[in-house]
Amino acid sequence: MRLSRFTRGGLALFATFVVFFLIAPLLVIVLFAFDASNVQTFPIHHWTTSWFSVAWHDPAVRGALWLSLKAGVLATAIALVLGMLVAFGIHRFRFFGRDTVSLLLVLPIALPGIVTGLALQSAFNLAGIPFSLYTIVIGHATFCIVVVFNNVIARLRRTSMSLLEASADLGASPVQTFRLVTMPMLSTAIIAGALLAFALSFDEVIVTTFTAGAQNTLPLWIFGAIRLGQQLPEVNAVVVGVLVLTLAPIAYAARISSGESVGKSAGSGT
Amino acid sequence: MSNGARLRQRAGAALWRRPWLRGVLTLSPPLLWFLVVYLASLVTMLVTAFFSVNSLTGSVVYQWTWSNFSQILTQPVYGSIILRTLVMAVAVTVTDALVALPFAFFLAKIASRRWRQLLLAMLLLPLWASYLAKVYAWINILSDKGVLPGIESRLGLPTTHIAYSNIAMWIVFSYLWLPFMIVPIYGAFERVPDSLLEASSDLGAGAWSTFRWILLPMVLPGVVAGSIFTFSLTLGDFITPLLIGGSSSNFIGNAIYDSALNGGNLPFAAALAFVSIAIMAVYLLLARFAGAFEAL
Repeated sequence: MRLSRFTRGGLALFATFVVFFLIAPLLVIVLFAFDASNVQTFPIHHWTTSWFSVAWHDPAVRGALWLSLKAGVLATAIALVLGMLVAFGIHRFRFFGRDTVSLLLVLPIALPGIVTGLALQSAFNLAGIPFSLYTIVIGHATFCIVVVFNNVIARLRRTSMSLLEASADLGASPVQTFRLVTMPMLSTAIIAGALLAFALSFDEVIVTTFTAGAQNTLPLWIFGAIRLGQQLPEVNAVVVGVLVLTLAPIAYAARISSGESVGKSAGSGT
Repeated sequence: MSNGARLRQRAGAALWRRPWLRGVLTLSPPLLWFLVVYLASLVTMLVTAFFSVNSLTGSVVYQWTWSNFSQILTQPVYGSIILRTLVMAVAVTVTDALVALPFAFFLAKIASRRWRQLLLAMLLLPLWASYLAKVYAWINILSDKGVLPGIESRLGLPTTHIAYSNIAMWIVFSYLWLPFMIVPIYGAFERVPDSLLEASSDLGAGAWSTFRWILLPMVLPGVVAGSIFTFSLTLGDFITPLLIGGSSSNFIGNAIYDSALNGGNLPFAAALAFVSIAIMAVYLLLARFAGAFEAL
């Protein structure tokens, strides 16, 4: 496609503008975390790092962080097992209703997150299950499965199944084949899927609102503080912490999977 | 060979001869999870929509009634909430598609390899950065003492006052979901072979004709896939309207949130969720018609 220099230049300029638009708000967050003032105004006059220490020593923040970490790890573990199983199953077997299963997996991300949240709340309510860490985990695991599934199935589609048959022909048991052939083939895809699932869970608000009851995960604490307009300098510091804690695993996942499937899916947008 | 190893080998052989058994063993745990946790919950919610709440005790009355739906259909406030949500979802989807198309085109077909990698890495940051962090950043940018008015007054320009309005919501939603639109469109552009574009221009088509008649039809499924995300995410949000929107900026999501968590009226919230599922179902059917699922 031959484009005039004018068109190319215009598109390059436009792309630069879009990238600035995408990145600048993240920089604003980082800047304000170092603002010494209690009330945020721009330009910033005095700088400090003390809000990080205030946030770190706040028992409410600590409790919320701990709950978020626990929920993230448990949800990731469940999503890992179920996501891998369904990826193996879909890849290996042809059966009636295979397309329906793929559709079912996408459903929690194709439908608005609030639907998943309210559905779970209705079910917990009807079954008389009180809100706890596990109700949070159930919600998170449900939308994390598809992330693991996407990563593992993308890798499976690119690797040859004859390796597994060769391993069996040479006398390896299924367990041996799984441990020595399948796992090394898939390991980076699995790690990437797990990291993405954790990041997704760690940052989720909408579903969690409906499955947490009176408990506070870190995003719920942030949401509450912003809504009430309280402790905003602390919120800045916590938000920067959350940014680092989600983006670091994502960056690593992107590197080890060489960008295979680090796209994020919808209902989980939050 | 030890007994245990022999047993394992025999079990392995037995499994190998029965693929259906392996299939059942592999697929039943994840499918059970989806049936028991997800689908059963959805069904519970849909049934709950036909219950009501005792106004004195606040407990759910398990008796079939259409009252929630008739309330949504007859009270004008819900009509305007649904309309507002739909208009915003469409506006945000169109805005993001218009921004993402030229950007993804530049990324996939014009930028050099090194630039492409750098820009893709930059795209991952806003895609995965914390949702609340991004919303909060925009509060700090748009509010009266925020970054934008601060810079404007430095430059001696008139300051904008758009925080807590529908325009602010439109900007913030467009920002939040833009990466979700760029990624599938970029993927669609990447799948178009360069030789096709060369063939088109060899046959005498100008840049615009090539874009209009070759590229656009091929990336349209990507646009539709992205629009499923932008549409569904806007439809289900209640946080951005609450934090960025003005006093009369309620979305379907806010109505659901209010009646489920503040009003304690789960059946009514379920009926409202029914409405957003219905909207999304229509949208997904249209998207499927446009062949978007292959690009999802």
